[in-house]
Amino acid sequence: MSVKENWEPKILAFCCNWCTYTGADLAGLNRMKYPENVHVIRVPCSSRVNPQFIIRAFQKGCDGVMVCGCHPGDCHYATGNYYTRRRFMLMKRLLEHNGIDPNRFVCRWISGAEAAKFRDVVTQVSNQIKAMGPNEKFREPYYLEKEAE
Amino acid sequence: MSRVGVFVCHCGTNIAQTVDVERVAEAAKSFPGVVYSSTYKYMCSEPGQAMIKETIEKENLDRIVICSCTPRMHEVTFRKMLKGTKINPYQLEIANIREQCSWVHTDKEKATEKAINLARMSVAKVLLNEPLHTSSIPITKRALVIGGGIAGIQAALDIADAGHEVVLVEKESSIGGKMAMLDKTFPTLDCSACISTPKMVDVSQHPNITLMTSSEIESVGGYVGNFDVTIRQKAKYVNHDICTGCGLCETKCPTKVISEFNQGLAKRPAIGKMYAQAVPAKPVIDPNACRKLIDGKCGLCAKLCPLGCINFEDEDKLVTEKFGAIVVATGYQLIEWGELYPEYGGGKYKDVITGLQFERLVNASGPSEGHILRPSDNTEPKTIVIIKCVGSRDPKKGKSYCSRACCMYGAKHAHQILDKIPGAKVVTFYIDVRTPGKNYEEFYDNTRHDGAIYVRGRVSKIYEEDGKLICLGEDSLLARKVAVKADMVVLETAMVPAVGIRELAGMLGIAVDNHGWVTEAHPKLRPVETQTGGVFLCGVCQGPKDIPDTVAQAGAAASKVIGLLNKDSMETSPMISKVDESKCAGCGFCVKMCPYKAITLEDIDVRQGPKTVKKTVAKINGGLCQGCGACNVACRTGCIELLGFKNNQILEEVDSLCL
Repeated sequence: MSVKENWEPKILAFCCNWCTYTGADLAGLNRMKYPENVHVIRVPCSSRVNPQFIIRAFQKGCDGVMVCGCHPGDCHYATGNYYTRRRFMLMKRLLEHNGIDPNRFVCRWISGAEAAKFRDVVTQVSNQIKAMGPNEKFREPYYLEKEAE
Repeated sequence: MSRVGVFVCHCGTNIAQTVDVERVAEAAKSFPGVVYSSTYKYMCSEPGQAMIKETIEKENLDRIVICSCTPRMHEVTFRKMLKGTKINPYQLEIANIREQCSWVHTDKEKATEKAINLARMSVAKVLLNEPLHTSSIPITKRALVIGGGIAGIQAALDIADAGHEVVLVEKESSIGGKMAMLDKTFPTLDCSACISTPKMVDVSQHPNITLMTSSEIESVGGYVGNFDVTIRQKAKYVNHDICTGCGLCETKCPTKVISEFNQGLAKRPAIGKMYAQAVPAKPVIDPNACRKLIDGKCGLCAKLCPLGCINFEDEDKLVTEKFGAIVVATGYQLIEWGELYPEYGGGKYKDVITGLQFERLVNASGPSEGHILRPSDNTEPKTIVIIKCVGSRDPKKGKSYCSRACCMYGAKHAHQILDKIPGAKVVTFYIDVRTPGKNYEEFYDNTRHDGAIYVRGRVSKIYEEDGKLICLGEDSLLARKVAVKADMVVLETAMVPAVGIRELAGMLGIAVDNHGWVTEAHPKLRPVETQTGGVFLCGVCQGPKDIPDTVAQAGAAASKVIGLLNKDSMETSPMISKVDESKCAGCGFCVKMCPYKAITLEDIDVRQGPKTVKKTVAKINGGLCQGCGACNVACRTGCIELLGFKNNQILEEVDSLCL
């Protein structure tokens, strides 16, 4: 499969409002730089992220998905990220079972103070997925009608 | 059809220099539902807000998207702005194109494209936003303090002084806690009873405080501002309304049992006050010791009592009261060292005692009237070994944590021995000496100058030989074995949470760590709050600490309670979970997931064809739900939705990115 020269991946990051979203804001405040292909969706807690959202993202054409929350033990809602941890341990294996490179799905704990970690993680994930090329698994067929629109 | 307005902010040049805001506004016009878009230098400024309000009227918008800084910054500002308009404050989405776009990217072309993506995602989400309304819940202006040690006493007094009613619940027959057992307090060596008993009397006389001793929490329901707490008042067998506390009953009681207050060093009658300065200063009968209550013979105290207060028929009473706030101040106890340390005799040597037993020995109101005497033969010990960190800092045998106060009271014990027994020799075995507190290091220094010998190392064995306790240990600084022939050994044992804290935490819906210490909402920034709204903590129940820290924390918890109770009502966030009862199967999986116990199962009547049938569904308590959304994902039928972050809203965001 040939990848276009200037191909940019689409990466979705579900970030918990209390830790990672704050950390991402702090990265901005400190004017840290990271690739433009990472888009953050704010959720109240990483445990709000339904595995369905991830499948949907891959289905609709995302090349990588991240779920980020507070460090275990630091959850704003006490136990939410423990649920996240269990769910996405399974999720990773399910994706792998279905032929999706597990490196396309990343679950990380990034606190509100770890702006540099946020930058490093998204940069690394972005580079990694860029090297992997576009995701074809789970993808909905490309409707030619869409182009005609 | 929805009419969405998109407002793109320049934020001076903060956004405009890396994002082509005009292009974003232009692109937004083509998004589904968008009827208007514009840019402005500062959307959050007064003229910016006025412009948005005007446009809402003019363009007849029913929801808006603002592309600006992080929603953590101005979501509240813009929601407030919308309060005066025809748009519900929750018909708003903010696309974060500053912190997560213009500030972190340099390529203007790519940054603009990302900003357009973010705007499109927000528009897609806002189309599914529903008007939400905050509700307000009334606050019961009464506080419950659980635990009558110095933490609970201080918190109760502070809240009561601010003018709020307080109920102080204590499971023993007197308040005072561990501080009442102590002799002197470090580093000032002022008498513990002299500073704590006046406070105890204040509690009993305060018009705003109701004292419930011999009482325990039976159940807790409700939520912040509106707790329903059932308290079990255990039978006292003495009518405290008429008892004057003369003490005649105690003198003739034929049963003598081990005194818990004196840490097993003395005996007490089956009827009596916990100790001389007890508050309330009235006796109770111990049903596990009283002959009359056990086999119906005796009743001597009833014959003696001049007022006829004794009532052997007394029963436990359950009272349910309403509270607005709860303070947990259940304190600690000492670790049961006997089983953990068989090498120290495991309790078979009478002269190996704990620090708290030593406090009773050296206390003027204790069993030996303040003379330090060996419990075995009542002689004065000459050589005393103090062993620190017994159970603390020892994950293999006891607890991994440091009990914090032991270094200082160990130094205090050494000082008191040297002070009271002329020519005494004190050897303290330690791992480290930790003295982080005002004047603490100086106190420790003085103790060493007084003659206390500090040996860095642990005692590996204690055994008896010729009436002496041989302590075998190691001096790890000199790398040699040492042995001390001691007359008495004081073990400074670890603090562990009070019995029953896990059950209480379960009732209150608060968390405890693996040791059983109550977990605070945030270790630095919310140290006296728990994760459950309206439940606060203070004192050692949160983790080992000394008296100054405990009192400071009690004051802090009280100020949080006062802040809450000063309000007549409080607003609750409308962004909470909601159950679609028609889809709910009543599996109860969400009930287990909820960290706030906000979900319960309830039976409702539903129409099924021509007849009405019962159906079990999940019910969410709006006062308890904090809006985390964990239940949404767990729900098998997908009937629970977190308002503001509904499944279809997030899916729309995902879809619109991937267009």
